[in-house]
Amino acid sequence: MIPGEFIYHRPSSVAEAVSLLVSHGDEARPLAGGHSLIPMMKLRMAAPEHLIDLSGVADLKGMQEVGDTIVIGAMTTQHELVNSDLLIAKLPIIRETSLMIADPQIRYMGTIGGNVANGDPGNDLPGLMQCLNAVYVLAGPDGEREVAARDFYEAAYFTALAPEELVTAVKIPTPPAGHGFAYEKLKRKVGDYATAAAAVLVTMSGDTVSSCSVALTNVADTPLYAAQASEILNGSTLDADTVTRAVAAAEAITMPAADGRGPAEYRTKMAGVMLERALARAAERAKG
Amino acid sequence: MNDMTPSREQREAALEGMGCKRKRVEDIRFTQGKGKYVDDIKMPGMLHGDFVRSPYAHAKVTKIDATEALKIPGVIAVLTAEDLKGVNLAWMPTLAGDVQMVLADGKVLYQNQEVAFVVAEDRYIADDAIQLIEVEYEELPVLVDPFKSMDPDAPVLRPDLEGKMEGAHGPRKHHNHIFNWSVGDEDATDKAFAEAEVTVKEMISYHRTHPSPLETCQCLASMDKVNGELTLYGTFQAPHVIRTVASLLSTIPEHKIHVIAPDVGGGFGNKVGAYPGYICSIVASIVTGQPVKWVEDRMENLSTTSFARDYHMTTEIAAKKDGTVTGLKVHVLGDHGGFDACADPSKWPAGFFNIVTGSYDFPVAHLSVDGVYTNKAPGGVAYRCSFRVTEAAYCIERGMDVLAQKLGMDPADLRLKNFIKAEQFPYNSALGWEYDSGDYHTAMHKAMDAIDYRGLREEQKAKQEAFKRGETREIMGIGVCFFTEIVGAGPSKNCDILGVAMFDSAEIRIHPTGSVISRMGSKSQGQGHETTWAQIIATEIGIPAADIMVEEGDTDTAPYGLGTYGSRSTPVAGAAIALAARKIRAKAQMIAAHMLEVSEFDLEWDIDGFQVKGNPEARKSMKEIAWAAYNAPPPGIEPGLEAVSYYDPPNMTYPFGAYFCVMDIDVDTGVAKTRRFYALDDCGTRINPMIIEGQVHGGLTEAFAIAMGQEISYDEMGNVMGASFMDFFLPTAVETPHWETDHTVTPSPHHPIGAKGVGESPNVGGVPAFSNAVNDAFGFLGSTHIQMPHDAWRVWQVAKNLGAHG
Repeated sequence: MIPGEFIYHRPSSVAEAVSLLVSHGDEARPLAGGHSLIPMMKLRMAAPEHLIDLSGVADLKGMQEVGDTIVIGAMTTQHELVNSDLLIAKLPIIRETSLMIADPQIRYMGTIGGNVANGDPGNDLPGLMQCLNAVYVLAGPDGEREVAARDFYEAAYFTALAPEELVTAVKIPTPPAGHGFAYEKLKRKVGDYATAAAAVLVTMSGDTVSSCSVALTNVADTPLYAAQASEILNGSTLDADTVTRAVAAAEAITMPAADGRGPAEYRTKMAGVMLERALARAAERAKG
Repeated sequence: MNDMTPSREQREAALEGMGCKRKRVEDIRFTQGKGKYVDDIKMPGMLHGDFVRSPYAHAKVTKIDATEALKIPGVIAVLTAEDLKGVNLAWMPTLAGDVQMVLADGKVLYQNQEVAFVVAEDRYIADDAIQLIEVEYEELPVLVDPFKSMDPDAPVLRPDLEGKMEGAHGPRKHHNHIFNWSVGDEDATDKAFAEAEVTVKEMISYHRTHPSPLETCQCLASMDKVNGELTLYGTFQAPHVIRTVASLLSTIPEHKIHVIAPDVGGGFGNKVGAYPGYICSIVASIVTGQPVKWVEDRMENLSTTSFARDYHMTTEIAAKKDGTVTGLKVHVLGDHGGFDACADPSKWPAGFFNIVTGSYDFPVAHLSVDGVYTNKAPGGVAYRCSFRVTEAAYCIERGMDVLAQKLGMDPADLRLKNFIKAEQFPYNSALGWEYDSGDYHTAMHKAMDAIDYRGLREEQKAKQEAFKRGETREIMGIGVCFFTEIVGAGPSKNCDILGVAMFDSAEIRIHPTGSVISRMGSKSQGQGHETTWAQIIATEIGIPAADIMVEEGDTDTAPYGLGTYGSRSTPVAGAAIALAARKIRAKAQMIAAHMLEVSEFDLEWDIDGFQVKGNPEARKSMKEIAWAAYNAPPPGIEPGLEAVSYYDPPNMTYPFGAYFCVMDIDVDTGVAKTRRFYALDDCGTRINPMIIEGQVHGGLTEAFAIAMGQEISYDEMGNVMGASFMDFFLPTAVETPHWETDHTVTPSPHHPIGAKGVGESPNVGGVPAFSNAVNDAFGFLGSTHIQMPHDAWRVWQVAKNLGAHG
C-alpha cells in the first residue's frame, strides 16, 4: 500500500493541464478526487510518473443552466452535487444517486468528472448520465469535442477519452418539470459499489408513459443504457406485463462478473429487481 | 457529625467502585487522537521493514535475487530464510506445538506468505525495493478443500514433517493430518444413539473469518549491542509471553529484553501469537544495530496474520420423542492452513471445544476433532471468544434448532426442557467440565417475556400464511440462542502456553497521600482496564477510582501475567487485583487499630475506612491510614502499603446468556433486515454496567458481521478473496442493528468478587442467534440447515432453491 515515485503538477488552467498531458503522454494521469487513482497507485496497479492535479483549475468548477441544458464542471464534487439548489429543483435524481456514492468523506473529494471519466463500471454516475442522455465535453490539444455518455464507454477503464484529453464538463438536457425519477441501488454496505443498480427517468401523460429512459450500473464492464427496455416502457401504462417484458429486456443485456457481491445470475436478477422498484417509485413521483 | 460530613451514600459514590457506570478514563486520550500506538513511536536511526510475499498458494521457491533491490540508495538489507538459518530462526515454534516458517524455506504454503524481508531507510524505499526483488517459483498442486486434505493422492504440504507420524497431540494418520483429539464416552454415546427415539445429523460449517482490529499488527525492535539489551514495542495481547518466547528463541536473557505494548487498537485474538514480522524485525535490528519498525498493511493483516474459525462440524443429537436429549456426537474437521498456529492453551489442540454440550443436560457425549493442513494462511485464533468456544456454541445452538424442527417443537421450549437446572450447579458435563454456576431457566424466561416471544411466533405464523397466499414477499425469522461460555483460562492444572502456566497478577502500591499506582499482567486493547481495574480496587480498599492509576503492558514494571484474550482478564487478573487489594486492607486494618488504639478485631470495614464496631465515629479513612503506613507504622510492622498477588484460578468461569434475533427477509433480493436484537447476559458480578454494555454492543456487531457476510475465502488456486475492506464485511453504523441489552446476575462462587467476564459472550451468542433467525425464516419452506455466511446473494440462492421465486 505504498505508491511508487511520481512528479506532482498542479496546473491552473485547462490549457496548461492539456499541455502537461501532451508533453508526458502515457506517463501522465490527471488527478481529480483521487478515490480511484490513489488506491490503484498504492497497490502499484497504476504507476504514473506525472500526476496532474486538476483541483487548481477554477474553470472546471461550478454548475449553471444554459437554455435547456444544465452544465456541470468536471471538478464539481459529489458533495456539491448533493447540495446544489439548481439540481435539487431541476435534476433531483443527481442528488438521490450521489447520496448513494460511498460516504460523506469520499463525496467531499470525489468529483463528477473523475467518476464519469475513469470508466470504472462500479461508479454510479456513468449509468445515471446515460439515463439522462448527458454529453461529456472533452478538451484536448485540438480543442473541444463532445461525446454522448451513451457512446463514451468501451470496456472497463476504456473510454472514448484520448490520453491527452480531459473531461471538462458534463451537459445534461433538463428534463421536463414533473418528471418521475429513481435510482435504486443494492449494495452490501455503505461505501460499496452496487451489486446492481438502476436509474429511471419517466414522464407520464395521465396513466401513459410519454417518455422513459433506463440505465443500469455495475452489471457489465460498462454502464448499460437499456434502450430496448426504455422502448418497451414508452407509451405503456406500466402494466404488469409490460414491466415484466421491460425487466426481461434489461436483464438480457447484462453481463455481470461474479464477485463477492454474488454470482452473475444473482446480479442479473438484481438488476431486474432494482429496475422494477425504480420504475414503481419513478412512476409514483411522475403521477404525484 | 456536623452537616459537612459526607453521608455513607456520598462516600460510596465518591469511590466510583464496582457497579458504577464510570466513564472510561482512557477515552479522553483515544477520542482526541492522543493515544500512543506502536506506529506513533519513532526512534533515532529507525529503519523500516517490509515483506516480499508469495503470489502463489503452493510453490517451490527456487531463487531469490535481491541484487537490483540492494542497489537502490537507502536499502540496507534483504533477509531471506538462508540468513535466518544463521541464527537458527528460519522457523519458529507455534503456540500449538507445530513449527512455522519465518521466511519461505524452499517453498511457500499459502498466498502472501513471507518470502523475504527488506530493510530500508523509509517505507517508500522498502516498497520500491520489493518491486525489484526477483523470486522464481515453481508452482505445486494447491490444496484448498479441507475435506480433500486426507485423500491418498493429496499433495504433500509439509515435507519437513515427512516420516513424523507422531505430532504434538498424538499420532498423525496422513501427511496432511495434524492431530486427532477425542473426548467423552464413545461407547455410551453410540448406545444412546442406538436406543434413541429420534436422531438428527447435520454438517454445520463455521466459515473462515478474521478478527480485523482497527490497528494492524506491528512492532519496533531495537537491539542495544553495547549492553546486549533488546527493546521491543509491539501490538501484543500477551507481552510477558512474547518476552519469554523471545528470550528462549534469541538466547538473550529475559531480564535484558524489554517488551512494551503501548496503546493497542483492538486485538480480538489477532495479537496473541508471534508473527514473522516480529522475528524479522528483531533479527534485522541485531544485524544492523539500528531500530527496525514493521507495520502490517490491511491486506497483509487480513490475508496472513491469524484467521479465525474454519471448523466443519458434523453434529448428531439423540433424543426422546418428548424432546429430552439423550446423547451428543460431534466430529470436527478443522482447517488449520499451512501451519498449526492455533492460539490455544498448549494442551488443547481444539481449544475448549468440548464445551459443545452447551447449556443442556446431555447424559453422554462424544467429540472427535481432526486438524488438517491446507494451502491457506495459518492462525485459528479465538476471535473475540474463548478458545474455539464460539464454534462450539454455534454447533450446539444450530443443532438444537435442527432437533426442534425434526420434533416439531418450539426451539425455545426444547431448550427450556433440556437446560441444566439451577440446583444442578456445580454441574459436571459429559465432556469433562465443571460449570461453576448458572440459572438458565430464569434468564430464558426473562428474555422471552421481554420480547414477547409467543406473540412473535403468532406474528410469524400469520406472515407465513400471507407469504403462501402471495400477499407479501417478506418472511420472518426468530433466532433463539442460549449459550454457555467457558472463559478465564485458566487453572494451571490444565492450562499453559508453551509451559507457562496461565495465572495472572496484580501489584498495587498506595502512596503516602493515598493515591495509587497499580500494574497488572493483563493488557487492555480497548477493554477499558484503566477504568474497571480501578473500580475493583476502589471498592476493595476505599480509595476513589479517580485516584488510582492503572498501568499495563510494560514487562519491566508490570508483574508477570499471561495477557488479555479469551475473556480471561476479569476471571484471572481481576481476581488477582481483588486479592492484592485485600492484602493491603488486612495491613491497613492493623495500622488503623494502632491509630485508634483498639484491637484490630474491634474494627469493621465501612466503604472507605475502618471504624470501631458500635462506634462508627471512631474511624480512620484509607487516606489517613496510607499516611500512617509510611510515616507512623505500628511498632514491629514495616513501613509501606503495597501488595502483589498472583492468582491461579481454581476453575474456569461460565458466563451465559439468552439472545433473540427477529429478522425480516426480502426473498427477492436476499436482504435480511434485523428488526430486533435482544441480548440478556449473565456475567456474574457486574463491575461497570456501561463497559459491559459497550462490550456487548461491540461483540454483537462482530457477530452480525460474521453471520451475515464476513468471510475470508479462497478460490481453487488458493488465491485469497476479499482481503480488503471492499469485500471483507466490516459493518458501519448504518448496517448495524439496534441492540437491546439486559442481564441477570449469577455470581461465580469461586471468584473473589463473583465476576465471570463478558467481552466475548456477545460474539459467541450472537452468531447463532443471527444464523438461527435466517434458518428459522426458511424452515417453513422445507429447509433444515443453511450454511453461513448469510449474505444477500446466498440467502437469495436459498430462497430460489426452495422455490420462493415462483
